[in-house]
Amino acid sequence: MIEVLYFAWVRERIGIPRERIETGAATVADLVEELKAREDRYAAAFADLRALRVALDQELADFSAPLAGAREVAFFPPMTGG
Amino acid sequence: MDIRVQPDPFDYGAESARFAQGDGQSGAVVTFLGLVRGTGGLSRMEIEHYPGMTERALAAIAGDASARWPLSDVLIIHRFGTLAPGDPIMMVATASRHRQAAFEAAEFLMDYLKSRAPFWKKEFGPDGAEWVAAKDDDETALARW
Repeated sequence: MIEVLYFAWVRERIGIPRERIETGAATVADLVEELKAREDRYAAAFADLRALRVALDQELADFSAPLAGAREVAFFPPMTGG
Repeated sequence: MDIRVQPDPFDYGAESARFAQGDGQSGAVVTFLGLVRGTGGLSRMEIEHYPGMTERALAAIAGDASARWPLSDVLIIHRFGTLAPGDPIMMVATASRHRQAAFEAAEFLMDYLKSRAPFWKKEFGPDGAEWVAAKDDDETALARW
C-alpha cells in the first residue's frame, strides 16, 4: 500500500486530495500508467507529465524513480511559492 | 534558524526588529517581504501547500544558504490559506557579518522558495479562478547559483 497525494489542479482534476493504493508498480511512471487506465479523471490529470512534478516521501523525484520502499508519493504542478 | 509555515498574518515590523537584535557579531541584516499584488482585479488568493514536505523543503533551502554563506541567522515565514491584495505572503531575513553575504543569501532563498518549496497559488479575479503557472524565469533564476 502506498499513500498517493494530489495538489493544486491535479487534486481538482482527480477530485480527491489523497488515497491509499494497492499497487505492484515498479516505478512512479508505472503507477501513473495504472492510474490513467483506471478512469478518465486520472487520464486527464496525467495527460502531460511535463506539466507535473513528483515527490517520493516528501523529496522531489523523477518519474523513473523506483517505488520500492516508498510510503508516500505526491503529484503536483510546478511550485509557485514566494 | 527559524522557519514558520502558517495561515495567520505576521507582523513584518516586529519580526524584523526582533531578528535585527542579533547576537552582537552580525554587521548586516537583510529582510524581504512579499505581498499579494492586487493587479488585474484580483480579489483574493488561495495558497495551498504540502504539510510536512513544505517544512522539510524550507529547512533544506535555509541549510543550503547557511552552507554557502557565513550566516549567523535565517528566518523564513510563509503563509498559506486565503489572502487578500496587500496582505503579506512571506518574508525572509538573513544576518551575517557583512552585507554582501546577507543580500546574496536572501536572494538565493527567494529564488529557491519560488520553485522548490511546495506551495501553489490560485488567483480569484473578475474572470474566475486560475492556478498561477510557474515561469520559465523561475527555473533560470536558479542557474545563477
